[in-house]
Amino acid sequence: MSEKDKEVGYITSLSKPVKGCAGDTGEWRVFRPVKDGEKCNECLLCWVFCPEASISREDLEIDYQYCKGCGICEVECPTGAITMVKEEKR
Amino acid sequence: MRVLETGNHLVALAARVAGVEVVPAYPITPQTQIIEKVADLIAEGEMDAEYIPVESEHSACAALVAASLTGARAFSATSSHGLAYMHEMLHYAAGIRAPVVMANVNRALGPGWNIWCDHQDSISQRDTGWLQVYVASHQEVADTVIQAYRITEDHSVLLPLMLNLDAIVLSHTYMDAEVPDGEQVSRYLPPYRPLWKLDPRFPVTHGSVVYPSDFSETRQSMQEGQDNARVAVRQAAREFKEIFGRWHGDLVDEYRLDDAEHVIVAMGSLAAESRVAVDRLRGDGHKAGVLRVRFFRPFPFDELRELCEGRKSLLVIDRDFSYGMEGALFTEVKSALFGHVSVSIKSLIVGLGGRDVTYELIGEMTLKAARGELDGVTWGDSHITGAHRVTMECLDEFKKILDN
Amino acid sequence: MVSFKELPEEELFLAGSTACQGCPASVALRIAFKALGRNTILLVVASCTSVLQGSYPLSAIDLPLVNVLFATGGASASGVSAGVKALVKRGELEEEPNVLVWAGDGGTYDIGIQSLSGAAERETDFIYVCYNNEMYSNTGTQRSGATPLGAWTTTTPAGKIHPRKDIAQIMIAHRIPYVATVSLAYPLDFYQKMLKAKDIRGTKYIEILAPCPPGWKFPSSQMIEVSRMAVQCGMWLLYEHEDGETRFTAATKRIIEGKVKKRPVKDYLEIQGRFSQILASKEGKEAEDLLEQEVSESIRRLHGWVPEYI
Repeated sequence: MSEKDKEVGYITSLSKPVKGCAGDTGEWRVFRPVKDGEKCNECLLCWVFCPEASISREDLEIDYQYCKGCGICEVECPTGAITMVKEEKR
Repeated sequence: MRVLETGNHLVALAARVAGVEVVPAYPITPQTQIIEKVADLIAEGEMDAEYIPVESEHSACAALVAASLTGARAFSATSSHGLAYMHEMLHYAAGIRAPVVMANVNRALGPGWNIWCDHQDSISQRDTGWLQVYVASHQEVADTVIQAYRITEDHSVLLPLMLNLDAIVLSHTYMDAEVPDGEQVSRYLPPYRPLWKLDPRFPVTHGSVVYPSDFSETRQSMQEGQDNARVAVRQAAREFKEIFGRWHGDLVDEYRLDDAEHVIVAMGSLAAESRVAVDRLRGDGHKAGVLRVRFFRPFPFDELRELCEGRKSLLVIDRDFSYGMEGALFTEVKSALFGHVSVSIKSLIVGLGGRDVTYELIGEMTLKAARGELDGVTWGDSHITGAHRVTMECLDEFKKILDN
Repeated sequence: MVSFKELPEEELFLAGSTACQGCPASVALRIAFKALGRNTILLVVASCTSVLQGSYPLSAIDLPLVNVLFATGGASASGVSAGVKALVKRGELEEEPNVLVWAGDGGTYDIGIQSLSGAAERETDFIYVCYNNEMYSNTGTQRSGATPLGAWTTTTPAGKIHPRKDIAQIMIAHRIPYVATVSLAYPLDFYQKMLKAKDIRGTKYIEILAPCPPGWKFPSSQMIEVSRMAVQCGMWLLYEHEDGETRFTAATKRIIEGKVKKRPVKDYLEIQGRFSQILASKEGKEAEDLLEQEVSESIRRLHGWVPEYI
């Protein structure tokens, strides 16, 4: 082992919290949620229900870097402001 | 403080002065007096520790490790089936590097149901990564509890320690011993300072999934911890002698080894018994000595190689057996000496299930080993007795019923 | 009554974890952490959460967390609780943090029941959350003691022939100060129950129904709707038990009071693929009836009687 390897770091697994620990999980999407701002009544349901914490509380915009496209926001939005649209090929 | 106490009570009294803060406790014969004494000391206001009366040994080890991970000095005790029950937790404790200390009162595993002394319980756990020490006297019981935390909490070690004491022989008999006072102990043993701990100021995830790419190093690090423990054990013993004036050996303990030609290698109280055998043999003109393996993990390779060089014969006593192979100490002694020291080594299996072992038997076997009269492995005085005839009779009767 | 606007904004369960799309545990963790805040030590019992938190060296959970062995949720909590008490005594911690155990139904109903029971009897001061997806999800959706009658799992491929346990009732029998059941479809009810638990001393047990899209076989987008239907048909009753009294809450309360009609269990079974086999079989009607009976029996046990309009 190198000198650096001999430092305390390997004693046991200690992990640091970070966003995107599974990478850019937005790449998992088959469908992406698209928001129609005019229909949004800011009820905050989409923010509460998003499993990925990928809808911002402040402006209720979707973070496409991590959104996995589960579709819960479309189903739960009471005004139909969110639509799931087929993801473009990348 | 000079006391007349059992080994079990001495464990509790020493744990108190060692400043343990959390004690999860589950009873099992012959350990019960340890946890009862701790409960008494707390109830009488003489010990300030959190007592957790858990509902099983597996939970005892879980609570023990969890408490340690918050930064508290934690202690527990068990025996035999209790130790076996917590087996997966033992791996966990070592893998998560919790420097806990657990007294194990060495007792046979059943069936048949047996509450007396042998080493099968702790020997069966030798692969878990725990340090293992085998004590041989009441004084050593008390002193080693205190040395234990010096060793485990050393930042280069950080591995849990199993303190083994023989059932009944040490746990239940009364001897006089000195229990150091708290002030002296605090000079020897500082408060526990963890390298990391569960603390809201420190949001870190412990023990999550580790892929093959990173796993091996955690295990290599455990082996490093064991290697570093050799240094820590020697240092702990040396400094203990300086402050308290008592010496029980470090990784090994020697008795009349200097010019010994015939060496008995043993652990626990049988090694103490062997001293009596050695004195008698010496009286008859035989140059015998005892090499007591005190720390079984880490295994004292260097000491064995050095101290077995130039001897005529070794007799390794095992109070355990690895079925399908040999007595564990026998195997490991041979492994340590292979390629380094060439000497006749014979194995004696005795004392299983608490059968009494006399110094006469030890002496007789040592001489037989010296004369080359023993097979590789000798099962002490074990043979089918009249009592086992009853089992045979039952089997015969069953056979008659099943055949009809 | 709290509104969504009062839910803290800070996320302690971070985006981009290894959880499946639509994972109920993700939503549950987010809401639970909002209620408890940063002064929390988290113990994760072997479950999906052990894996969805990410692997070394990265984690999705911004709290001090230890992953503990499957059977040890309760006992580990007792250890942590004793440890922090000792540290406060020693002056190294100012106050005892919240101690939260997060376990699945496997680690609670089956292998972990002993240590949970022991911790409750010892009145260990902690919150035990069981997020119940009615099977061993992490190992690939095998049956657990929480799997309902008739449900498909990989180890009950013809549908489970035994009814499920009711651990919340068992915890009530332990005489602990707080027991509550919650559903993700009623997030404010969940949040408020967590807040309440936080301020009570002793053992608090909260169970969340966690509909798992791959295991229950429904599209991930339906996760909240399935959580809702479970409550609407009575297969998941929302209540809290405190000071010797059981009180229904949210939609269950409305059903018991006759303000809203209970939906038939059939509606709930039909939207999940895990029941399609049993429903199509000749045992289908019997299974449905037995499940309706189970609902009535649970209501009777909690409420004393079953209102005739249910």
